[in-house]
Amino acid sequence: MESNDRGQKTLLELRDVSKVFKKDGRDFPVLKGINLSIREGEFVSILGPTGCGKSVTLQIVAGLIDQTTGSVVLDGKEEHGPGPHKGMVFQEYALLPWRSVVENVEIGLELKGLGKKERRKIAREQLATVGLEGTENQEVHEISVGMRQRVAIARALANHPKILLMDEPFEALDALTKEEMQIQILNVWEKTGTTILFVTHDVDEAIFLSDRICVMDINPGRVKKMLVDQLPRPRHECMSRTDKEFNDMRDEIIALYSSLKDEELDLII
Amino acid sequence: MAEKQETGIGGLQAFLADRGYYVLGVFLFLAVWQAASTLKLFGNDFSEAFSPVAAFLALIEMAKNGDIVHHAIPSLRRVLVSLVLAIVFALPVGVLVGYFKSLEKLTYVPFQFMRMISPLAWMPIAIIMFGVGDVSVTFLLWLVAIWPLILNTVHGAGRVSPLWLNMARTMGAGDKGILSKIIIPAAIPDMLTGLRLAVGVSWIILVPAEMLGVPDGLGYFILDTRDRFRYDQLMATIFIIGLIGYLLDSANRWLISRFAWKI
Repeated sequence: MESNDRGQKTLLELRDVSKVFKKDGRDFPVLKGINLSIREGEFVSILGPTGCGKSVTLQIVAGLIDQTTGSVVLDGKEEHGPGPHKGMVFQEYALLPWRSVVENVEIGLELKGLGKKERRKIAREQLATVGLEGTENQEVHEISVGMRQRVAIARALANHPKILLMDEPFEALDALTKEEMQIQILNVWEKTGTTILFVTHDVDEAIFLSDRICVMDINPGRVKKMLVDQLPRPRHECMSRTDKEFNDMRDEIIALYSSLKDEELDLII
Repeated sequence: MAEKQETGIGGLQAFLADRGYYVLGVFLFLAVWQAASTLKLFGNDFSEAFSPVAAFLALIEMAKNGDIVHHAIPSLRRVLVSLVLAIVFALPVGVLVGYFKSLEKLTYVPFQFMRMISPLAWMPIAIIMFGVGDVSVTFLLWLVAIWPLILNTVHGAGRVSPLWLNMARTMGAGDKGILSKIIIPAAIPDMLTGLRLAVGVSWIILVPAEMLGVPDGLGYFILDTRDRFRYDQLMATIFIIGLIGYLLDSANRWLISRFAWKI
């Protein structure tokens, strides 16, 4: 059944994770009873409309936000706080404008205390992985937004993380660059064998990329359904959108949301 | 040959098109100065001594007899020493105050209050504490230089993007890493702006501060030329004060263009 054949070992597990935000003395439940389990080498997307808590879920995994109840277990150990073993890719890139491309990729290695020569070597390798050879010494403001996001991916990969967490990483990109980046991230995933947890509100993007799609519901955010994406790999840009399996899967996801009110639906269809 | 000449002329034209107004500005400035002297705006008695020509001749005289070096060096030394001491004090304070919001609120009123007081108002206290001389002058200059440095560093350290902080945390940065890799580099453009303002205001305060009983320096020399009725030398000294101030500011602008990151 599974299209993923890299391993059956569970890498990441969310056990009954919930999150309540407090505002003006009132409780706002954002996430309720999230259970999610991701195997090593798997590409899993969390899909849902704005406000379903998908980004909060990712930030809890990253350790940037504490969950109210429940636990996050990575590689058999309960997680507390952020760390370089969980590579995070932000929607807004979060590149440091005073550093060149290669220096941005090196920051995690610098914090780890690696020598300059070794840092540079690893950073160059990671830039090559994302197809950015030869841009090492360029300034961040000189390169395109698509390239910036690739630098951010290389920066996360340089730490050799156990899992790559991506928070709507291609949201700010134009349609063409977005497609190019989707191909690129699949290449990176194939090359490195890393596990990826990917947050998006773009149905096509989730279908195109994933092994499995965690479809989330809103108010409070919870897992609506876990779908297995059986589109054959490797995937190409032309297979999507027109493919029958692709369309069936899209219909299935849209049907899941048909019970939602229209104004809650801001999915890109 | 002809081609080469053309490019030469083109080069001059390009230079004038680019810098023409700057050059014109210098000549207009000298013309106004000369006109003020010719029209006896400074009074009938010593108008000739105030002219740019007289100042220029006095400048040559002072360059030859060593007066310029004798007085400019102590002035520069006082400004530089006080600036270094101000930087050492103000940058750490600014980073801490900028980073910790509670510290910023705590210090806001005292800082805004203190920075509006001319350091010369502290002069009697400085003399009681340090006596007449170099130390008092340096203290007063320090007191004026710290505020632009502190307040700009606060601004720079305070506007660090939360996104960068989150990124650094996911990269394994602790407090030390966040401070050295994110906050300080992020605040450098504002620190340099603070430095530029500090240099400007120190140089301005230097002249009155050096009128408080030190035996040398450009401020001292202003009073000295007055006492000797050498108004040509007075104008030459004023010119030198302006020139050194301009050069110091240019150095700061270069620092900013070289080290301030752009988005």
